[in-house]
Amino acid sequence: MKIIVCIKQVPDTAEIKINPRTNTLMREGVQSIINPFDFHALEAGLQIKEKLGAKVTVLTMGPPQAETALREAVSMGADEAVLLTDRAFAGADTWATSYTLAKAIRKLGADIVFCGKQAIDGDTAQVGPETAEFLNIPHIAYVRKIEEVKDNYIRVQRLMDEGYDVIESSIPVLLTVVKELNQPRMPSLKGKMTAKKAEIKKMSAAEIEAEEDCVGLKGSPTQVKNIFAPEKKTGRKMLEGTAEEQVNALIQELSLTRREEN
Amino acid sequence: MPIAVNKDKCTACETCLSSCPFEAIVMKEGKAFINEYCNQCKVCLSVCPEGAIVEIDNPPLPPFSKGGMGGFEPATRIEDYKDVLIFAEQRNGKVASVSYELLGIGKKLSNELGTKLLTILLGADESEAKEIIKWGADKVYLYKDPIFAQFNDDTYTETVSKFVKENKPAIVLAGATPIGRSFIPRVAARLRTGLTADCTSLEIDKETKNLLQIRPAFGGNIMATILCPDYRPQMATVRPRVMKRGEYDAGRTGEIIHCKIDNLNSRTKVIESVKEISEISVNLHEAEVIVAGGRGIGDAKGFKLLEELAEVMGGAVGASRAAVDEGWISYSHQVGQTGKTVSPNIYFACGISGAVQHLVGMQSSDIIIAINKNPEAPIFNVATYGIVGDLFEIIPLLIKKIKEAKVM
Repeated sequence: MKIIVCIKQVPDTAEIKINPRTNTLMREGVQSIINPFDFHALEAGLQIKEKLGAKVTVLTMGPPQAETALREAVSMGADEAVLLTDRAFAGADTWATSYTLAKAIRKLGADIVFCGKQAIDGDTAQVGPETAEFLNIPHIAYVRKIEEVKDNYIRVQRLMDEGYDVIESSIPVLLTVVKELNQPRMPSLKGKMTAKKAEIKKMSAAEIEAEEDCVGLKGSPTQVKNIFAPEKKTGRKMLEGTAEEQVNALIQELSLTRREEN
Repeated sequence: MPIAVNKDKCTACETCLSSCPFEAIVMKEGKAFINEYCNQCKVCLSVCPEGAIVEIDNPPLPPFSKGGMGGFEPATRIEDYKDVLIFAEQRNGKVASVSYELLGIGKKLSNELGTKLLTILLGADESEAKEIIKWGADKVYLYKDPIFAQFNDDTYTETVSKFVKENKPAIVLAGATPIGRSFIPRVAARLRTGLTADCTSLEIDKETKNLLQIRPAFGGNIMATILCPDYRPQMATVRPRVMKRGEYDAGRTGEIIHCKIDNLNSRTKVIESVKEISEISVNLHEAEVIVAGGRGIGDAKGFKLLEELAEVMGGAVGASRAAVDEGWISYSHQVGQTGKTVSPNIYFACGISGAVQHLVGMQSSDIIIAINKNPEAPIFNVATYGIVGDLFEIIPLLIKKIKEAKVM
């Protein structure tokens, strides 16, 4: 069985703040990490490998420094690492990213493709399902449990708003996973040694036979018009005085607002 | 548009280097240089004191080669795309609340464009279609076939994609629910068009009539306006409880069109649907008052105080991601981008600094009361009432006063 796990290197976004005076990002000292959901995707692939035997390939699209993320994945147990890197890929939105991943997956071949449910920098959750569409294979999003895997069939639990669905799919299939699915392993010492020496396979736009007008900024239907700091609400009222005065003022304001509503 | 450095103006002050979230600005031959990792986010433009970083014109788009991705053809004449389409989601035959919220914003957009508001409804009855009209739709395309009762990615993708190709709406909106977020990306991929996730605001550009899709970016600390100018339809998802419902008009009339689709196949099959709703989730969604705490609460014990306030106010307890990550309270209480979106009458934000990830989950609350030590905390930007002070002093006082007021 061939398994491909798509991962993304992301800035540790919980730490990024905007400077309210200059409207710019304050990024000093923010580290690059593997998208947290992708660890669970990789763990899922590795568990299937251990049970049924499989080759696990980690795949990412990004600048050359994304190699670090791939090596980390190898240290956890991935057999092969592929980096899609090309100047032409830069500025891709979810459509162009999914197209590019799908082109590479077609080249590499896969029975099961795993993705994290979303990346924490964009939070779109779109690349998994879009990639499945380009591959013309089914997908199941928000997988929280894998109940059974066979050569041509898989049964999983999909998280829904008010519970979960038990779903069967034919293989090949793409699954996006949530954190509940498993507990990702730590890299072993041996894994770390392997990762240091591992060959990172690089693929360009030409090598995956991507069409020029489908990748990168050129291939992206969406554009960022501008970015800005969150708006201040107008009409806010800062209460003043001692704690007691402020509390009194608040109680007065609240009953006032309620009266107006009535 | 691509970003470049005007070498004549660059003084090599290096101010721009750290501003770039993609580390795409480097020093080269004594001048700043923007390399291929540039994502064109434009953050650097305003940073340069010399105004040396500028946008340059894009080369014109080449025609999309049609043969490539097996039928992924873009819309050829975008001027043919006119109406606003809402995907109305149903669960157990009942239209989900988010669909009515989409009708509210959809009506506003279609009025501004001077076009019709269409709705596609899969797997529900005519009575539900009638409700949709009362909430503002001009036409409801109803697919009653029981195959749609259960959500399925393949059948939903095929039906909605085909409908869009035939009816050519300019805008398609869906809820950012597990259902919408699962299959709508497939529709966008198939139609070779853009999709913007989790929009918090949607507007029409007065000049171009394009849809301005506003959403949090970079983990929510900034907002971005996204455009899809050259492809149609312009597609967006909106999280539940972010937009307000429109006006309900019991006397409103519209057209219900019964639709059928043949030859639907599915490669996945739902064996069973299991309900599992936690009491806390229900309480948070239904509460009229939510008392939420963040890092400023200090420890698990601090939440006891919030529980007490929630009790006297008849409300529920919420939390920011920081408090949940610290392990002071369980995830089911989390409000924000990766937690729940709530919209109570009164929202107390206690010791919550107010990162946008949190704000998107609660900013449509009617009254927001922020209590924080730091007068600069961004939570005050969205607050209706702000109290700068020690919450361990303020809240006990507040509890006491409310109790007194009740006795009176």
